[in-house]
Amino acid sequence: MKTIFEESVPGREGCWPCEGMSEEAYIPKEMLRDGEIGLPSAGELDVVRHFTRLSKRNYGVDGNFYPLGSCTMKYNPKFTEVAAAMPGFTRLHPVLPQLQGAGGLCQGALEVMYETERLLCEITGMHAFTLHPMAGAHGELTGVMLIAAYHKDKGNKKTKIIVPDSAHGTNPASASIAGFDVVSVPSNNGIVDPAALVEVLDDEVAGMMMTCPNTLGLFESNLPEIVRLLHEKDALLYYDGANMNAIMGKMRVGDVGFDVVHLNLHKTLATPHGGGGPGSGPVGVSEKLLPYLPVSRVEKQEDGRFRLNYNHPKSIGYVAPFYGNFGVVLKAYAYILRLGRTGLIRATENAVLSANYIRKRLAGHFEVPFDRICMHEFVATAAPQAEKGVHALDIAKALLDKGYHAPTIYFPLIVPEAIMIEPTETENKATLDEFIDALIEIAERVDTDPASIQAAPVTLPVTRLDETRAARAMELTDDL
Amino acid sequence: MPYVPHTEAEVREMLATIGVGSIEDLFAEITPEMRPKSFDLPEGLSEMEVLSRLEAMASRNATDRVSFLGAGFYDHYIPATVDALTMRGEFYTAYTPYQPEASQGTLQAIFEYQTAVTRLFGMQCANASVYDGGTALYEAAMMAVRKTKRRKIVVSEALNPIYRVMLDSYTSNLDVELVTVPHKGGMTDMDGLKAAIDGDTAAVMVQNPNFFGSINDFTGLFAAAREKKAVSVISAYPVMAALLKTPGAMGADVAVAEGQSLGLPLSFGGPYLGIMTCTKDMVRQMPGRIVGRTADTRGRTGYVLTLQAREQHIRRQKATSNICSNQSLCALRTLVHLCSLGEMGLKRAARVSVERAHLCAERLTAVEGVELLTKGAFGNEFAVTLPVNAYDVIAKLAARGYVPGFPLGRYYKDLDNGLLVACTEKTSEEQIGIFAEMLKGALR
Repeated sequence: MKTIFEESVPGREGCWPCEGMSEEAYIPKEMLRDGEIGLPSAGELDVVRHFTRLSKRNYGVDGNFYPLGSCTMKYNPKFTEVAAAMPGFTRLHPVLPQLQGAGGLCQGALEVMYETERLLCEITGMHAFTLHPMAGAHGELTGVMLIAAYHKDKGNKKTKIIVPDSAHGTNPASASIAGFDVVSVPSNNGIVDPAALVEVLDDEVAGMMMTCPNTLGLFESNLPEIVRLLHEKDALLYYDGANMNAIMGKMRVGDVGFDVVHLNLHKTLATPHGGGGPGSGPVGVSEKLLPYLPVSRVEKQEDGRFRLNYNHPKSIGYVAPFYGNFGVVLKAYAYILRLGRTGLIRATENAVLSANYIRKRLAGHFEVPFDRICMHEFVATAAPQAEKGVHALDIAKALLDKGYHAPTIYFPLIVPEAIMIEPTETENKATLDEFIDALIEIAERVDTDPASIQAAPVTLPVTRLDETRAARAMELTDDL
Repeated sequence: MPYVPHTEAEVREMLATIGVGSIEDLFAEITPEMRPKSFDLPEGLSEMEVLSRLEAMASRNATDRVSFLGAGFYDHYIPATVDALTMRGEFYTAYTPYQPEASQGTLQAIFEYQTAVTRLFGMQCANASVYDGGTALYEAAMMAVRKTKRRKIVVSEALNPIYRVMLDSYTSNLDVELVTVPHKGGMTDMDGLKAAIDGDTAAVMVQNPNFFGSINDFTGLFAAAREKKAVSVISAYPVMAALLKTPGAMGADVAVAEGQSLGLPLSFGGPYLGIMTCTKDMVRQMPGRIVGRTADTRGRTGYVLTLQAREQHIRRQKATSNICSNQSLCALRTLVHLCSLGEMGLKRAARVSVERAHLCAERLTAVEGVELLTKGAFGNEFAVTLPVNAYDVIAKLAARGYVPGFPLGRYYKDLDNGLLVACTEKTSEEQIGIFAEMLKGALR
């Protein structure tokens, strides 16, 4: 399909003419642009048709089952968009609360922030939340900065962050960007082994980043001991909330002793991911980290009105220009209100039920390295199939041909040929069964017709793409 | 339960398949000592109840005020096509395009976005976006640090202070030195910046138009930076960039922007869009997703995420950045916005905004005691000094339905009487007239 720049017809009138206007009366010529920008000349229908056609070359949750492990691609309820599109929110300028006497102009928005923080505190058992981080990884960075601020304030000389080998790649990257050395700890039988942890745990350890359930979909049953070991060294516990959908109402990270947590609102709390973002990664803290939270902090005054407080001298400062991805937070707030206590618990229960159902029904067709009760997702391996020349990648592509988005593949790194399946609670049983049947059919075809799997996909707008050529040719725009 | 489709019979059937007696058996590993001490949330509401509650909250935001606020975030008109097209579920409910064959829509759109923003800034390469303009600036600084293996960043004080405080926070644990060169009466101090660049300087960072609205040509400054082998970083306002000499033409190595003005509502601070562009020479230092064009096994054109060896899922702690989720949908909005407006439409928005701002400046400075702070050229935003504290004027006018601008004293201690005023094509001449009259009344 041509790009919109290739479709552009010079001279075709857009809908926004500007005859007879010039900036030269106001701005010296040497400060002005020389020549055209090169935006497309297209009529409105040209634009509408181009992007409508582009959209048809995409899978999304609305049209396709999307069991992408670790990403919690649950259905995004449509009504939350109505909330986020209310002019009373979209037209609100973010600097308004900074104007003395004008903070009263945004009481509704401040209330949304305040109430959302309180709800997230109750869901996680944390003491306080900031909504400022704009994605999961941004939350991680904020969390690690909080850990650094805590130790700096106490005069602790701590330089290391422990990350299990099963962790998301963002964990070590976030720790490193915040200035820490990363120490990896191996897992044993799929979970963190306190004995291995003790080996690397010394006085220089500032904290540990954990995902629970971990990226194998397994519950970290040694959690209380891990928390105790870390806290004995005055090291802090960080909870990567990517897998929060597995534990709502069943465990609160604050209650088990975590000091910092980030949530992915675009996963657990159903805000759409938009092809890569915007996300939202609020961070919750235990009481001892409260003084270091980013500014500003929303407060409720005694008279019931809301205000922003910028006066927190120990704060790590600003991780966002304002209050995070407010429009995303609004959608998550609406979702929490809609589901309520029981709804959130049912979401978790059914997510775990569906994952175990798929795991069990696939038994005998796919090897599952840690084949015990899983949480909201599980990891199978295509290692036996790979010996016959059919890899996890091939199986993923064959699923695309059948109208399913593929599971996450080759992650976590500790399972060879990993296929990580997360169905979420919003898919009905018929969809799960059809998906399972599709995977079983592919597994059977490994023996009968492997070439057809290796050639997949054949029903999509393109077949497999040459990634090496892309990296070498570096065609990154229509002009390069 | 909302959005959970399993019937009771199906749940029993699934439990039987799994071989457990109850749902609670699936959570047996969470021992009693780990169970919640509380989960005291309200019970769920209907869709209608939630929306009416939110309507009530929205009504407690006064968005009916006439606003001259900018400070880097502007209320430009957004064509109806932007919502209509980007809300399509195929775009909206997709994840990051890890399976390119099933994500050509998202990937090609990002490729076109990369093309649009590089053309707007006269640069060669772009990434798929970062969170916002401030994060883009920080990431640009870190690109320079990696590229030059130096630790000093020279920053103009006329660069948006909201971003400078972010830079401070982000770099506080890193071995990076920020050197801020003071503004000169709202003007970017070219000589001061040149003098601050030395052999240890990784980057010089400026903004166009600067925070006070002043337009600059940084060609000379960037040439001086190049002589010292420092990286030139510019933060641009993308609507004005339609008219102004491009960062590329000035010799910038990295050009970043807050993309909010290109198709994103103000929405109380987000979601916004961090636009990052650079020269080909810098692209391997770029953080985040980048889309490249390639071919499929049958020779047909297609798009993939490329240069992934920079990224966290491959490199882990050695990655250029930890970024994973970005603002992809916001980038799509910006692309549809730019395509809908086209060359003429974008320039029209910029030109009308400039005209209105100059009319506004003329009318305000006709009021006794009100003067322009900056002496050079400006675009759609300008700074004035008032005979009294700006906060007082803001409070007075806001109470009467007009938010007259941003108080410079919030970030610049010697500018308590300074007011930053922005206009867009949505500002009417009538509103400007009323504003001037109100100001006159307030100062009387």
